[in-house]
Amino acid sequence: MQLVLTEDQELLAKTARDFVAERSPVARVRALRDSRDETGFSRELWQEMAELGWVGILLPEAHGGAGLGLAELAVVLESLGRTLAPEPFLSTVLLGSQALLLGGTDAQRKEWLPEVAAGRRLLTLAWQEPHAGFERHVVATRAEKDGEGWVLTGDKLQVPDGHVADALVVSARTYGPDRDPDGVTLFLLPRDARGLSVTRQRLIDSRNAALLHLDHVRVAQDAVVGEVNRGGELLEQVLDRACAGLCAEMLGSMSEASDRTLRYLKDRVQFGVPIGSFQALKHRAARMFMEIELARSAVMAATRALDEGSDDAAGLVSLAKARCSDAFVHVANEAVQMHGGIGVTDEHEIGFFLKRARVAEMSCGDAAWHRDRWARLGDY
Amino acid sequence: MADLDSFRKETRAWLEAHAPASLKGRSASALEGVWGGRKAQWADRDARRWLDVMAERGWTAPTWPREYGGGGLSPEEAKVLRQEMTALGLPPPLIGFGLTMIGPTLLRYGSEEQKREHLPRITRGEIRWCQGYSEPDAGSDLASLKTRAVRDGDDFVVTGQKVWTSYADLSDWMFLLVRTNPEARKQAGITFILMDMESPGVEVKPILLISGASPFCETFLHDVRIPVRNVVGEIDGGWTIAKALLTYERSMIAEAFGSGVMSSGQSRRTLADWARRYLDGRGGPLQDELARHRIAQLEMDTRALMLTIQRARDAAKAGQAPGPESSIFKIYGTELNQRRYELLVSLAGPQALGWEGEGFDAEELAVTREWLRSRGNSIEGGTSEIQLNIIAKRVLGLPD
Repeated sequence: MQLVLTEDQELLAKTARDFVAERSPVARVRALRDSRDETGFSRELWQEMAELGWVGILLPEAHGGAGLGLAELAVVLESLGRTLAPEPFLSTVLLGSQALLLGGTDAQRKEWLPEVAAGRRLLTLAWQEPHAGFERHVVATRAEKDGEGWVLTGDKLQVPDGHVADALVVSARTYGPDRDPDGVTLFLLPRDARGLSVTRQRLIDSRNAALLHLDHVRVAQDAVVGEVNRGGELLEQVLDRACAGLCAEMLGSMSEASDRTLRYLKDRVQFGVPIGSFQALKHRAARMFMEIELARSAVMAATRALDEGSDDAAGLVSLAKARCSDAFVHVANEAVQMHGGIGVTDEHEIGFFLKRARVAEMSCGDAAWHRDRWARLGDY
Repeated sequence: MADLDSFRKETRAWLEAHAPASLKGRSASALEGVWGGRKAQWADRDARRWLDVMAERGWTAPTWPREYGGGGLSPEEAKVLRQEMTALGLPPPLIGFGLTMIGPTLLRYGSEEQKREHLPRITRGEIRWCQGYSEPDAGSDLASLKTRAVRDGDDFVVTGQKVWTSYADLSDWMFLLVRTNPEARKQAGITFILMDMESPGVEVKPILLISGASPFCETFLHDVRIPVRNVVGEIDGGWTIAKALLTYERSMIAEAFGSGVMSSGQSRRTLADWARRYLDGRGGPLQDELARHRIAQLEMDTRALMLTIQRARDAAKAGQAPGPESSIFKIYGTELNQRRYELLVSLAGPQALGWEGEGFDAEELAVTREWLRSRGNSIEGGTSEIQLNIIAKRVLGLPD
């Protein structure tokens, strides 16, 4: 494993940086929020990103993708994270299409993946439930066998981009009690499935999420993604990949929050000098730098380990997520504090980073959950 | 790649043929192992033999040029050598400040004559070096050092006191900073010079630490004559060299502490095993959730630092010398070592309170002494506060 960017990755990073700088300022997130935009992101930008090859970056060429890895997607997501771009990468690129790619039938892949890569259709994954915390196997939503098909009943929450997804991969229990580690199965539901109601949720970061209520939703056997009762393992694989991608995005966001804060420390004058000359602030700025550097190494290692299929990939993903969760929250808190009064006004953009930090911290498991997982993987 | 593969094969075969069997599985780090020098005590003939065969091949300093006793290996080949040695459980044949600090400095700043005189003697483990930087009134403010060097013909006559000289009592030569121009701005009047510790007028006294150990000394210099030809770089131009050497020192310290391979035997147990010994004594998940999380946190933070060191190394292969970012290794590596011993002491509870004698086993006593010793980690080699200043200024560009 080499923890440096290849020339191709450097090039991709530059393209992404330039694109984001020109097309996706933080002001865009504010405008989407203030207008209570129904979509919550820009379909036009999404189309352009698909044309740049970013949406299908992880998909094989046979499905219209670029056949690249998470190491490549990470440099794109890092740039998007710099300006908090709300386009549906987590839901569509990392969760939904990865579930189909890793577990789906040929028919499911053929139907959905080329359309996804082209930017025409959106997917997501619904796995979180009330009372489950961050545990993936705690599933109360039930799928009962009914003739040749299944009937699903239950509730899902905070489904990323659930309000616009054209189809949703949903976890449901096909066997055992609610907290049984086994007995979970994934199903692919079209948006218009009868009995499925979707309600948009509004989170602090102005990203897009939805509640699902499944009231006897009937699906055929060919809606099963992966094996019946073995969906837990597939879910782990998909969420590990999603986690690594999310970490790359968080890395971009925390780097930007830190850069903005450093600029402020150099510009803001009090007592006749730039406040960045005060040692009390210098040391805290240096600590932020350290946290970001350590997080960057963990993210690079996690994405490469997943791409190489190495044995310690799961541990490295948990390391990356624990680090990024802690570091992003820390950096965002420090950024607001060092901006002083202006930092807590809605007018200033630094608050957007604080809000995003809180949500990203808890997406796909918070730091404590990932430390717990590290300990479990280490057998203690 | 094919070349590297055949190098790997040859290296493995050579190591298997030449490494003494008794050394396999012996752990070592940048601060634990064979230091060499005229005063070396050779309790172990195999360690001596290992040093000699490796030095013969240039592999005590694998990447140094062959004409100075090195192995002339590329960074990639040196990595292969390290990996193969690790795979066979072989310790480095030689460690010390010659290899980690003054050697790289001489390669970069030394004259041809100085390289030929000193580098081969370092690679063969003949000369052990110590560092004459800090003084009683020049700690964090190193550039305010007062040791005077007055020109007298072909010599400088040096008078003053150095402190925190690691292993001065066991070393043969010292690289030190002296003030050659008291009129100039404080950084501008400093010269970097090499001194034979057997010179008349050199007096060394060990310093006893809170841990009961004394790795450090005070070194008194009374009218010591040092030839002018021992100046590295320009007279009055030593500060740049001094700072470059400090980056090598920080890398060395970071690697030693970051690796978690510390001097006590405890390091070869996992933290979870240590906890089980005092908490529940069974296998499986630890019952104490708080302990479990503290252990995971420390393990994960250690791994993150190791990955960052690897990242810097991978970047260095692209040809960059260690820069100010090595400051984060020093701060974080030493803090991790301190946190590690804090945690070990805390997990052992009252069994960590013994100084010596009955009621405590050797491992417990060692952990407690190492915890006390570790408090110095964030002070020696530049305090964490100074390292944070360096990051703020040189990396982040914050104003003075």
